[in-house]
Amino acid sequence: MVMFLIGTTGIAIALLLGCLGETITEKSGHLNLGMPGIMSIGTLGGCYGATLYVSWFGEQTSGFFVIIFSLLVCIFFSCLMGLIYNVLTVTFRSNQNITGLMMTTFGAGITEFAMTKGDFINKSSVAVVSNYFKTWIPGLNLEDSWLSLFIGRGILVYVALILAIAAGIILNKTRIGLNLRAVGENPSTADAAGVNVAKYRYIATFIGSSIAGIGGYYYIIDNLSGSVGSYPNIVAIGWLSLALVIFTLWKPILSILGSFIFGALYILPTKISGISLAQMKIFNLLPYIMTIVVLIITSALDSKENQPPASLGLNYFREDR
Amino acid sequence: MSNDVALELKSVSKHFGKIQANKNVSIKLRRGEILSLLGENGSGKTTLRNIISGIYFPDEGQIFVNGEEVVIKSPQDAYKYKIGMIHQHFKLVDVFTASQNIVLGLNEKFIMSQINAKVMEIANRYGFKIDPDKKIYDMSVSEKQTVEIIKVLYRGADILILDEPTAVLTPQEIEKLFTVLKNMRDDGKSIIIITHKLNEVMEISDTVSVLRKGEYIGSVETSKANQSELTEMMVGKKVELNIERTEVKHPDDRLILSNINYVDKDNVAILNNISLTVRGGEILGIAGIAGSGQKELLETIAGLNKNATGSIIFNNPKKNLPVTFFHKTLKRVKELAQEGAFHYEDGTAVDFTGMTDAKIRELVNDGKVLFNEDEVMDLKDKTPLQIRELGVRLSFVPEDRLGMGLVGNMDIIDNMMLRSYRKGKSVFLNRTIPGSLADKVIKNLEVATPSPRTMVRKLSGGNVQKVLVGREISSAPKVLMVAYPVRGLDVNSSYMIYNLLNEQKENGSAIIFVGEDLDVLIALCDRIAVLSNGKITGIVDGRTANKEKIGLMMTHTETYEEETAND
Repeated sequence: MVMFLIGTTGIAIALLLGCLGETITEKSGHLNLGMPGIMSIGTLGGCYGATLYVSWFGEQTSGFFVIIFSLLVCIFFSCLMGLIYNVLTVTFRSNQNITGLMMTTFGAGITEFAMTKGDFINKSSVAVVSNYFKTWIPGLNLEDSWLSLFIGRGILVYVALILAIAAGIILNKTRIGLNLRAVGENPSTADAAGVNVAKYRYIATFIGSSIAGIGGYYYIIDNLSGSVGSYPNIVAIGWLSLALVIFTLWKPILSILGSFIFGALYILPTKISGISLAQMKIFNLLPYIMTIVVLIITSALDSKENQPPASLGLNYFREDR
Repeated sequence: MSNDVALELKSVSKHFGKIQANKNVSIKLRRGEILSLLGENGSGKTTLRNIISGIYFPDEGQIFVNGEEVVIKSPQDAYKYKIGMIHQHFKLVDVFTASQNIVLGLNEKFIMSQINAKVMEIANRYGFKIDPDKKIYDMSVSEKQTVEIIKVLYRGADILILDEPTAVLTPQEIEKLFTVLKNMRDDGKSIIIITHKLNEVMEISDTVSVLRKGEYIGSVETSKANQSELTEMMVGKKVELNIERTEVKHPDDRLILSNINYVDKDNVAILNNISLTVRGGEILGIAGIAGSGQKELLETIAGLNKNATGSIIFNNPKKNLPVTFFHKTLKRVKELAQEGAFHYEDGTAVDFTGMTDAKIRELVNDGKVLFNEDEVMDLKDKTPLQIRELGVRLSFVPEDRLGMGLVGNMDIIDNMMLRSYRKGKSVFLNRTIPGSLADKVIKNLEVATPSPRTMVRKLSGGNVQKVLVGREISSAPKVLMVAYPVRGLDVNSSYMIYNLLNEQKENGSAIIFVGEDLDVLIALCDRIAVLSNGKITGIVDGRTANKEKIGLMMTHTETYEEETAND
């Protein structure tokens, strides 16, 4: 049971970070379907950062700096993807759906190329760095006890939970959140009220991409203890995070709960013995079915609150009035 | 006493290309005064408003705020000079509360309880009713307007500009708004209210400034003005236009509208008991301030507005024309034949008894079966497609030309085909006929286009319009409805459109012409129906019509019985 819950949290945190990144992006009115690609590229960046750091300073080094450095490279790579999206949709006003889908294919392809090319990522370096992420509190060893579910998890688990709560507070309780939501709901109103629509959309997309990229990196470096070869799963996790955004109704706090439900469904078939491949696939389908059910329920209730940002997917330019 | 003057414009002018939107406008707004900016559509009110609120920059002239010359480059600048704008279409975020909308974009402490308290203080000061925590989507139009007004007051505006504030309000709400505006005036705020409703001008304002066709006509004190004087300032003297008006030949009642009512989803009555007869071989003009229900009236006739009530009887001129299966089933054709409604080409009565269905179909499809009399039907029972196929054509040219009539990303030929693609029998499209139609329209209407294969989106506004009107006219419609067909067209193209309409009139079409230029309406139309607030306030004969009277009818809601042409 403990193993099952630990497995659930493992996947859930990756989903939570992906979902959080997309929620923040979507609140600005950007429907970024490139998240699977961004998460892949973020993973690539993190692993590359880990490889670089180990090649410079060796395997015995300060855990703090290697964590910070690889995360910074991960964020940098993710933001490059965010930049492509921003420039295309805000500056060149291209269609958001097409841009996003293009980035998913592009991101997954580049990752595939770099990962298989051989010398770009050093697998053993990544495995070494993974240890720093997982055992960041030195000397703590709880084995498989119940306590290990809460204490002694990898550092990114706590970062993700803090980010989710912070995002919920910022979006709903602060002026920045109010302005951001106004940009996503009704950009021309926000513009008339003196909110810089382009700036908010750029920054929200950068922050969203970074968080999602960390989500992909987390999946490899923490959940899979640095086994780089599993990178193709990240695209699946990316799509699942997009569904999770809808499932949790664009609410960061709710997405903590939603990510654990999705994570449990993801991990469940691997923990049931004697299950056929076809039956496993049914389990994999469940999150999407649940998302559809949520969509149907919210539409049927005709609730104004639990809807996507009104201007989601629509580019804004002032002359269009 | 320059200190008394809150806002002053000195000979402000603004061009858009060749069009002079504002010419030498000079307006003085004193502190604690309500000024009405009066003018017809296209008189430059909106341009002037945009200049004051920083959206446009004037070509010439100066703006003074509190006696000091200022340059207003953006809406933020306008706020800086304490000028607040209440748009006609509210700029509010639906899922936010009133308070959240009010403080959006401001840089001050974000403590909701303090903000709510300040909102309530402003509301109580001027007599607004507002619930700061109510979401916008739960609000009525009037409540949303309140939020908009408080929004600019919260930002410290001393000069408020209200654009058509009463257009969407009920009479009770208007009364409340006026009370609040008067409270604000007494508190020292200066208010400009943009309107075309004379009775409101008289009731609320201290001074009236009149614009006409971009020109500043003058300002008068409301207490010294009367309505007919203001109307004359607004519409001007009659201008003789050299538009031909052919005599009406054999008019027949083509469309009989009775008691058309339409209430929109916000429960505002858009069409109010409209009864109107449209005759074949005649141009019926519809005059009225924009938004008086013209669009909805035409849409109702075209079958696009199924929520309207009332009846639209259409006398389909079918006498001696062949029967088709388009609107009738075989069963209905047989019934009508039994009633003796049809005859053959040689004049003998049609009798289907003893014939097989296949034989009857063949006779009808070959066009051998002809109607004895015109067909009478209620268009309310028909789908828009059926109505269109009956020959009721709507050529609507609203602000968004490409919205209702043409597809911007398709070329001229394909746009011609939009009306005829159902006709071919083959799976593949036949572009020959639409192609020759496109060539004809381009040639006859002098459409400036590189080729018929050019995307309509890339043509200029006037040319787009010619393509649309040309296509609608080409089908020899029985009823042709055109709304603002010359908007944005130069003089030559406009006259071309007038001639085309006259041609259709001679061919026996019934034409409904919705226009905004009263001179054109008077010169072109045989009869003019005047709409005001969704009501017909009178129908006048175009030959004897008088501009001032039409102007009065447009701005009033009472019916002018004595003006109704009884011919």
